[in-house]
Amino acid sequence: MRAFRSLSVAILRGFLRDKASVFFAIIFPLMFLVLFGGLFGDQSQSKVDLIQVGDVALFDELPRPAREAFDDTFEVEHRQDLEAAIAEVRDGDADVAVVERDGELVAHFTQTDQVKAAIVQGALRAFVDGANVAATGQPPTYSLRTERVEDDSLTTIQFVTPGLLGWAIAMSAAFGAAATLQGWRQSKLLRRLQLAPVSTRTVVGARIAVTVGVALVQMAIFLGLGAAAFGLRLTGSWWAAIPLLVMGTLCFMAVGLFAGSVTKTVEGAVNMANFLVLPMAFLGGSFFPLDAAPDWLQTFANLLPLHWLNEGMLDLLVRGEGPSAMFVPMALLAGFALVLTLLSARLFRWETQ
Amino acid sequence: MGAIEVVDLAMAYGELRAVDGVSFEVAEGEFFGIIGPNGAGKTTTLEMIEGLRKPDAGTIKVLGQSPWPRSARLLPRIGVQLQASSFFERLTAREQIHTFASLYGVPTSHGDEWLERVGMVDKADTRVEKLSGGQSQRLSIACALVHEPELVFLDEPTASLDPQARRNLWDLLSGINDSGRTVVLTTHYMDEAEVLCDRVAIMDHGRILELDTPRQLVKGLAAPTRITTADGETIETREPAPVLARLAEEQKLDGIAVRTGTLEDVFLSLTGREYRA
Repeated sequence: MRAFRSLSVAILRGFLRDKASVFFAIIFPLMFLVLFGGLFGDQSQSKVDLIQVGDVALFDELPRPAREAFDDTFEVEHRQDLEAAIAEVRDGDADVAVVERDGELVAHFTQTDQVKAAIVQGALRAFVDGANVAATGQPPTYSLRTERVEDDSLTTIQFVTPGLLGWAIAMSAAFGAAATLQGWRQSKLLRRLQLAPVSTRTVVGARIAVTVGVALVQMAIFLGLGAAAFGLRLTGSWWAAIPLLVMGTLCFMAVGLFAGSVTKTVEGAVNMANFLVLPMAFLGGSFFPLDAAPDWLQTFANLLPLHWLNEGMLDLLVRGEGPSAMFVPMALLAGFALVLTLLSARLFRWETQ
Repeated sequence: MGAIEVVDLAMAYGELRAVDGVSFEVAEGEFFGIIGPNGAGKTTTLEMIEGLRKPDAGTIKVLGQSPWPRSARLLPRIGVQLQASSFFERLTAREQIHTFASLYGVPTSHGDEWLERVGMVDKADTRVEKLSGGQSQRLSIACALVHEPELVFLDEPTASLDPQARRNLWDLLSGINDSGRTVVLTTHYMDEAEVLCDRVAIMDHGRILELDTPRQLVKGLAAPTRITTADGETIETREPAPVLARLAEEQKLDGIAVRTGTLEDVFLSLTGREYRA
């Protein structure tokens, strides 16, 4: 027990004193969180810039509830010159210019941003239709009420935090294992430990304990910062992400072990780990959702352990799934870990030669 | 019973017969040296005795036990210093030796004592990456001895040190078997073996060429003594006493140099070639 403790302390000190590993394990992924959370955090569409040319009776005489909806949708500026207003729209300074001619509303819009163009047309048509219905003096036959499915729609931060956390954990576990295996092999510390009266189990156990500890700290920082600064809301059984995270750590330590086994230098091992993890982060959905990706890519993503870690994290942290959502990803991650560990064991060498 | 008994040890890496029929015994309390050039098979021999490699053939007994497979009863009784400086990254010298103390289940205060014995107290808070070659070897030796093993293996502890640091380390090394501890040292420096070792095995091409005390090895060579006087005249003789007596009569003893045979000469005569370090 004392050997285990002092080995863990030695490894932890080695990690904390290595500025590069601390940076890549914690600071670097956090920079992405801040970037995504801060820059793209406000996912609700910004208002439509509308230029009203002259008087538009429909807008000016909207009843109160419609007026509020209108103000939520449009940012209105008034102009008198139609040509100048159209030029503004063409230059991208406004989204639409509206003029009224004898009860007909003419909207000049730009197609540059197709989504916004669609919103502009839909919203304007809704207001015109609403005004027409009101003009008949009859109550509307049908009404519409909208409700969100998620308690808070899956905003950017909700999606990005679990994925980035998965990536951060994968990176630090893989880099740590790869660098330790290579570094210890090169300094012959592996051999030295083989000649000390400690079991392999103790040495491996201490290395795992430190990496899992670091992963839990990463999780606390990510979720803490996400919640405190960017409005991240955890749902349902988010705590079930902890065992999933531990399994993910083990799996990516196995990736690092493999990287360390097939390379000959510390730099080579870390590069190899990066080569395995970074593309996996892109293709496994750490940075952006794969829902819009082509089918073959989505199929391919199923072969990537990071994809399963990300999916499990999303399910448990923000999609409000129950704790049972951890089992499938955990089993798959355990499978990847087992295969990679067996492969690394076959390739294992005590020394570099 | 000897501390180490090795019979007909052999080990090949593919075609290369790194160790080829090596037999020797090391007595308890002995300071035993294995010398030879790089690639002679010293390190491989040592690693088999330590239990790091399984020999292709031959038997090994270390403190009465077989070192292979790894034996939890034997390991605490031996200490090892490997060729490279095998340290945990980014720990200070003190943290390093404390970690090794814990691995061997001895109090960390033993670590502090050993830091003092190897003269590393003022470097105790320096990280291992910042230590000089000599300091790093001292720490490495201290880590090998922290659990007071009966038998200690030192694999080229003075390799890649400058002459000054090498001689500083000799003082330390000559002291570590004072308490009756057995020491096995490999080196490719002849002068080092001559100064430190009770007995020396000269190895090349995986075989032991000679094994004896340094004095006997040199004596067996019967090399002439070379006497060089202050005015540069060199006399080679196998009976130096009368020559020196005559020089004394002639008042020419001031500034003379007397050089007898060395292990280097022994190596040269054994292999018929210049020593390649």
